Amino acid sequence: METEAPSMENPKISAYYQTRLAHFGVVSTEWLAQAQSATNPNPPLPSSSTNSHTDKDTNFSVIDEFNRWRNHPDLAEAVAAIRALAAVISASKASTMMQLEIELKNASDTLKAWDTTSISLTAASDLFMRYVTRTSALEFEDFNSAKARLIERADKFGEISYKARKIIGMLSQDFIFDGCTILVHGFSRVVFEVLKLAAHNKKRFRVFCTEGRPDRTGLRLSNDLAKLDVPVKLVIDSAVAYTMDEVDMVLVGADGVVESGGIINMMGTYQIALVAKSMNKPVYVAAESYKFARHYPLDQKDLAPALRPVDFGVPIPSKVEVECSARDYTPPQYLTLLFTDLGVLTPSVVSDELIQLYL
Amino acid sequence: MSSILFLQSVVGLIVVLYPANGNSAVAESGKAALAKSKNQSSLKKDGPPVTSEVTIDKKSGNRPPEKERKKDAPPQRMQFDDQNRVGKAKRRALVNQTEAKNRVELFRHLPQYDHGSQLPNLESKLFQLDSVHPAVFKVGLRYMAGDISGVNARCTEMLRALQEAIIDYSTPPEKVLIRELTAKISSYISFINECRPLSISMGNAIRFVKRRIAKLPLSHTDVEAKTALCSDIDRFINEKIIIADKVIVGHASTKVRDGDVLLTYGLSCVVEMILLSAHDVGKKFRVVVVDSRPKLESQALLNRLIAKGLSCTYTHINAVSYIMHEVTKVFLGASAVLSNGTVLSRVGTACIAMVAHAFSVPVLICCEAFKFHERVLLDSICCNEIGDPGALATVPGRMDINYLENWTNEENLQLLNLMYDVTPSDYVSVIVTDHGMIPPTSVPVIVREYGQEHYLI
Repeated sequence: METEAPSMENPKISAYYQTRLAHFGVVSTEWLAQAQSATNPNPPLPSSSTNSHTDKDTNFSVIDEFNRWRNHPDLAEAVAAIRALAAVISASKASTMMQLEIELKNASDTLKAWDTTSISLTAASDLFMRYVTRTSALEFEDFNSAKARLIERADKFGEISYKARKIIGMLSQDFIFDGCTILVHGFSRVVFEVLKLAAHNKKRFRVFCTEGRPDRTGLRLSNDLAKLDVPVKLVIDSAVAYTMDEVDMVLVGADGVVESGGIINMMGTYQIALVAKSMNKPVYVAAESYKFARHYPLDQKDLAPALRPVDFGVPIPSKVEVECSARDYTPPQYLTLLFTDLGVLTPSVVSDELIQLYL
Repeated sequence: MSSILFLQSVVGLIVVLYPANGNSAVAESGKAALAKSKNQSSLKKDGPPVTSEVTIDKKSGNRPPEKERKKDAPPQRMQFDDQNRVGKAKRRALVNQTEAKNRVELFRHLPQYDHGSQLPNLESKLFQLDSVHPAVFKVGLRYMAGDISGVNARCTEMLRALQEAIIDYSTPPEKVLIRELTAKISSYISFINECRPLSISMGNAIRFVKRRIAKLPLSHTDVEAKTALCSDIDRFINEKIIIADKVIVGHASTKVRDGDVLLTYGLSCVVEMILLSAHDVGKKFRVVVVDSRPKLESQALLNRLIAKGLSCTYTHINAVSYIMHEVTKVFLGASAVLSNGTVLSRVGTACIAMVAHAFSVPVLICCEAFKFHERVLLDSICCNEIGDPGALATVPGRMDINYLENWTNEENLQLLNLMYDVTPSDYVSVIVTDHGMIPPTSVPVIVREYGQEHYLI
């Protein structure tokens, strides 16, 4: 079962991208047979007996909880993780603070090990741990009230993360002016929220949507935008430079925001950012603050590999290698601004926030 | 409040001791400390001591908050083209320095001394300088001889010497430990400064020591205070230098991949540790060691790396653009990192960083957090150190290259041997510190967040 332990099949196939494919990709008939076995859009609650990640003490599996939350297409994976960890605290039978913290740490490690390629998952778990445990409430004598405080903070963090998209939507409205043309890449729920809100506010703009091979998530996005009566134009990935003249700004989401201020996003983002920079078009990134991670890639190969199989539609001879990486790193000098729930930031502020948090 | 009291006590020192014609080096150096660390304007009117006392008193009455702030600020560096101040400094100096004959015009604000006569001169004074503690004298001598190089080593040696001096210190009767000790430490520091100008990051260490002294509770006895100070200094050296180096090595080793070609320049102890530890872990990489005249420091690094079995290439800095296309990463050390992200390091570093940037090779600067400073430098001219120009004129081992034998007699010829240069932040990809890997734009954040804690540990 793919949802249970992708690491056992092939450690490099990124479960994160499989999930995104499952939620947003356009499934062609060729894929269907493979897809139906590999991805399961509406799974029943998986049984926990065979799952090696079960928490032995409490019979509560954080992975199950996580999977339950994760399969809502609207919910970001990281928020699902946060909700799962919050559930760990409530379901915990620990009697001392140390024990609770250890349980939490174990749960967090399990989640991170479930998919090592997902940056936002790791980042969100780490941030959750720091946010929840950095409270003076831990000095309370009474364990139960301390635990209640922790649960309160955990829920609050979950709420903040969930509402992050709305806040980002509101903050970015000023940047979308009447008559502008926005280029988007990949299907980011945050970006969709921004555009939805702009359409709702009766702004007149049009969107160029890249196809987003191999997931072809762009097709899904163009579909959704068309339903909102936003004029959409689909461009293939190679036509970005051709159309860049007419574009006023580029708006992308992020899978992770790294310490240098750069972003890790779907393959193709770096290319678009390079073209935009050379033509002096601003590149805006819409990302929630829980995606800030403590990585510092120096070049493209510095990331942990996250592969996803590419289907060319025709059989490829086995001698031919295929570049299967699902994501790339865009250095901070190509980004103009980051729209986050902490405000509209420049890329250099990411490190500032991380240092303050990990102080 | 304590600053005003301190001020008045030092002023008291001046009034009492100034007429006695300069045999007490402590007082003179105390005045030097005052000159360097307090208001400059009051000293410009410095003629008869009475005037200066009045001026200083007036100023202290009016603006205590600014005094507090000024005390926090690092002392003003002495500008050597100001004739008045140079003259005064000479009279107070413990080390006789003769000015170099052919001074470079552009660098007149920096001390340029004749290097030949300095060391024998100082050695001859071994038994004459009572005011200087023997450990401090030894450190000064070693600095001047060039035995110790590299900020970490210099800082550690200096702090150890101060530790010994503190242990041997005893408060004279009727005096308060805090003020006396601070004055004494200041005098030692100015002595060391005369032997070899302090680097920016050593100033941080000295400020730490002075702050610790100032924060000693008055109720402590001598012995208690001294043990507290010594343990503080030990902790500083341990936490900020030794352990910090280990943390940096841990972070930076993750960036070394199999098949890498790493370039390094100069002799940085941290970079050496990183290379050796990555090799120990079993990563396969090779090293390009770049060197430059006249110091040829990297040869020592090269010997040590080869002894451990790393495969190295050795070249001089003129070939950097030739070899840079093979290089995958550049590791450099730093003497100090300033608030706008610029890196002050051995001369030639800027060159390497710029060539690396032109070839899109990432540049990693490895330096401990205590070297971060709030200053901002825009060029290499304001704050630098001039080495021995004679070293440029000769090539060791080649007696036939003697075209510059009589360079001192040529009026139109000046030889310039700079020790440091400044690398702008655009050419630095990442700074690896004991707080983690940070972009150069985040240096003021570290200074802000950890600056206070740094002095209050």
